[in-house]
Amino acid sequence: MKRVFLFIPVIIAVVLGVFLFAGIGKDPNKLESALIGKPVPEFTLKDLHDEERELTRELFQGQVSLLNVWGTWCPACRDEHDDLVWLAEEKGIRIVGLNYKDNRDDALVWLDRLGDPYQVSIYDPRGRLGFDLGVYGAPETYVIDAEGIVRHRHVGVVNEKVWEQDIEPLVNQYREKI
Amino acid sequence: MVRAVMAALLLMAFGPSSMAQSDDVYSFDSRAEEQRFQTLISELRCPKCQNQNIADSNAPISKDMREEVYQMMSKGARDEEIVDALVSRFGEFVRYKPEVDRRTILLWATPVIAVVVGFLVVAVIVLRARRNGAGEPAMTDEERARASRILAEDDPDRTP
Repeated sequence: MKRVFLFIPVIIAVVLGVFLFAGIGKDPNKLESALIGKPVPEFTLKDLHDEERELTRELFQGQVSLLNVWGTWCPACRDEHDDLVWLAEEKGIRIVGLNYKDNRDDALVWLDRLGDPYQVSIYDPRGRLGFDLGVYGAPETYVIDAEGIVRHRHVGVVNEKVWEQDIEPLVNQYREKI
Repeated sequence: MVRAVMAALLLMAFGPSSMAQSDDVYSFDSRAEEQRFQTLISELRCPKCQNQNIADSNAPISKDMREEVYQMMSKGARDEEIVDALVSRFGEFVRYKPEVDRRTILLWATPVIAVVVGFLVVAVIVLRARRNGAGEPAMTDEERARASRILAEDDPDRTP
């Protein structure tokens, strides 16, 4: 009987070890979006290119889109920009841009100079839609299905690897459902 | 000179703390409301700078969250409504006090479990000691006699 008690520390150590090991390698800065499986929040915002044109969440209806949150103040957005252009041009992905807490003139200069991967650009200078989406750090990229439901969020730069591993399979999966 | 140094030290100790506060100023109808606001923002966690609450954090997102808390408060929202509104956007992560449910029950129960286990360990040790003690007395009669002899010999005049 006493022998059994001697194993208790070992058992505790193993259980703790397994528990802690599961956490190793996870990036604590990447949070699961609270909006997964929910529709894109309602919004009424202006088009970045056209002050007169109002955009609502209806624009996500009918096809699978990526929603990319960016701003000219965000260095990492510059990093991923070329990859977004590549996705839009080579892969034919519909990317909706959310210009977040930015200024229209700067944003237009940026798109003019670096290329515009966005089929639609939402202008959100006060960050209202960003806040409702739970954006906590640009760049963020959401996969939105053809019914306007948020399916995935990627926080950080989208590059070829992220595209192939995390985003492309989801885009294909939801495209098949249409 | 000493005074000047003291003044500088005092300034260093107390000056920046008032400056470190966020620059946004909220006005409240009553002291109680202000207290409520402070409690709320100290129990909400910043998603960007993860080990700070939104009261301490200067991240833009924390500023937005404080603003939202304030706006909702001025519209008469209850505390739970405010917290739920933020959780629905940013996830359970922003709660420093997670709700008690199936996933968090172990977290909440850990202190109780630890105390109970502690009591059990102490109880086992005490019971065991008592059982051992009951079996054989600590000293035999001979030892007891010797001990009292030694104690009696303890003469206060004798120097060691």
